Amino acid sequence: MPSAAVPCPHCGYENRPGELTCNLCGAVLARQQSGGLTHAAPATSIPTTVTSARPAPATPASRRDFFVEIAANQRRSILLIGAVAGLLILLGSVIGEAVALNGWPIGLGFAVVVAVIIGLTSYFQGSAIVLAASNARPVTREAEPQLYNIVEEMAIAAGLPAPAVYLIDDTAPNAFATGRDPSHAAITVTRGLLDKLNREELQGVIGHEMSHVRNLDIRFSMLVAILVGSIVLFCDLFLRSFRFGRLGRDRRGALPFVLLAALLAIVAPLFAMLLQMAISRRREFLADASSVQLTRNPLGLANALAKIAGDPEPLEAANRATQHLYIVNPLKVFGMNASALMSTHPSTEARIKILRSMA
Amino acid sequence: MAGWVLLGLVVVLVLWAIVSYNSLVGLRNQVKNAWNQIDVQLKRRYDLIPNLVEVVKGYMSFEQETLQKVIQARNMAMQAQGPRAQAEAEGMLTGALKSLFALVESYPDLKANQNVSRLQEELTSTENKIAFARQFYNDSVMGYNNTIQMFPSNLIAGSFQFSAEEFFHVAEAEKAPVKVNLR
Repeated sequence: MPSAAVPCPHCGYENRPGELTCNLCGAVLARQQSGGLTHAAPATSIPTTVTSARPAPATPASRRDFFVEIAANQRRSILLIGAVAGLLILLGSVIGEAVALNGWPIGLGFAVVVAVIIGLTSYFQGSAIVLAASNARPVTREAEPQLYNIVEEMAIAAGLPAPAVYLIDDTAPNAFATGRDPSHAAITVTRGLLDKLNREELQGVIGHEMSHVRNLDIRFSMLVAILVGSIVLFCDLFLRSFRFGRLGRDRRGALPFVLLAALLAIVAPLFAMLLQMAISRRREFLADASSVQLTRNPLGLANALAKIAGDPEPLEAANRATQHLYIVNPLKVFGMNASALMSTHPSTEARIKILRSMA
Repeated sequence: MAGWVLLGLVVVLVLWAIVSYNSLVGLRNQVKNAWNQIDVQLKRRYDLIPNLVEVVKGYMSFEQETLQKVIQARNMAMQAQGPRAQAEAEGMLTGALKSLFALVESYPDLKANQNVSRLQEELTSTENKIAFARQFYNDSVMGYNNTIQMFPSNLIAGSFQFSAEEFFHVAEAEKAPVKVNLR
């Protein structure tokens, strides 16, 4: 396939072909005529636009997108667990050897046990940890009948079992989905989302989350939150207490802490970067497009995104380890356009523009 | 040597046949399941309507005609035989319900009633679920039919008598705009 870079009309940044929005400033790029894969772009996988003169592909375009995405997420999840386990085992061996001559087998043995425990816990208990860390509590059908109904509607539309429903008591509107597979999934919304969105908008948001469930995005992003996010959080916490707390002032025996702090200071940004890279903007676009395919109502989600992004309140329960789970980044640190380079999400403006163009 | 190659080819072919047969069975069951899901939601709607009518009756005594129509449409839909008649009756029921909801809007007392708003939400959701279940049914049928008709899975489908399923078509009555008589 010819792969000429696509210059952004807004800032001139040379984007890879096939991108929907500019990677630098988030502006919507012109629809490209010579797309390599006809249905690679999520925005074109809406059934109403699929009707082309060409013979239809083996399966409906959207269907293939899901299968590709599911397979990719399974691969990524295994890779992530493998990488963390490998790192632990290496670290264990090195420490074992450092403590005693020829001590590496003991260190390795320990590390393997720890790696297995961490791997199993993050896979089977990951969603419980994420939900607890986000202060989410389960809600009953009696308490929130409309929310339950909407979740069930979207589950039927996606042909999946209805996920568990959780609520965060926070006035900032936002939502996320987590779990290891569609049968063990949970959709969480904030009180603010229920209060500020109407039924159609809520349906768009839940449709977006249901697409994450179907594409198995939930599994990978849950593992990222547990395995990578927790390290970043730990580093943040440690460095902060080192800088401002008693640890730094205590002169005696401070050397190991200084060394550890130096090590963490190097490792932490690396892991933070990993966290950013792990989450692709493409999957947010795909979830938006899939949501529209479920609800057949692009304006509902567009208005919802506008309301969520336009809300000035920060979400207290969100942190650096869980920010990538949410439908719109809950840490409102970056400006709309500045976020494009370092953000876990595409600029909301670009998402809204694409959704509006579908209507 | 040539014998081994031949044997290998046969094994691969048999494995492929098993895999595609199983995936066809899976797709066919998905279509069936999707169809049943529609029925579940339709039945739920039949159950909800008498409740709504019961609650609303006290408030809108002079709208007996609309209520009668809803009940009538419900009973007709329940008794309808065959997909075509059923689709038509369901369409009429949807129309009758829409006019009822439109009327509720003009009764402030009724709108404020918790029971009514809860039932209205339940019925709205059930209507949505019916629509989404049909949407999913059609998607499933498309996936199944594509697999049956396309090469090479059509070879397996043909030899084991997998036949194409029918799409659900929206009845003409349902496409027409709803007439609301407010007098």
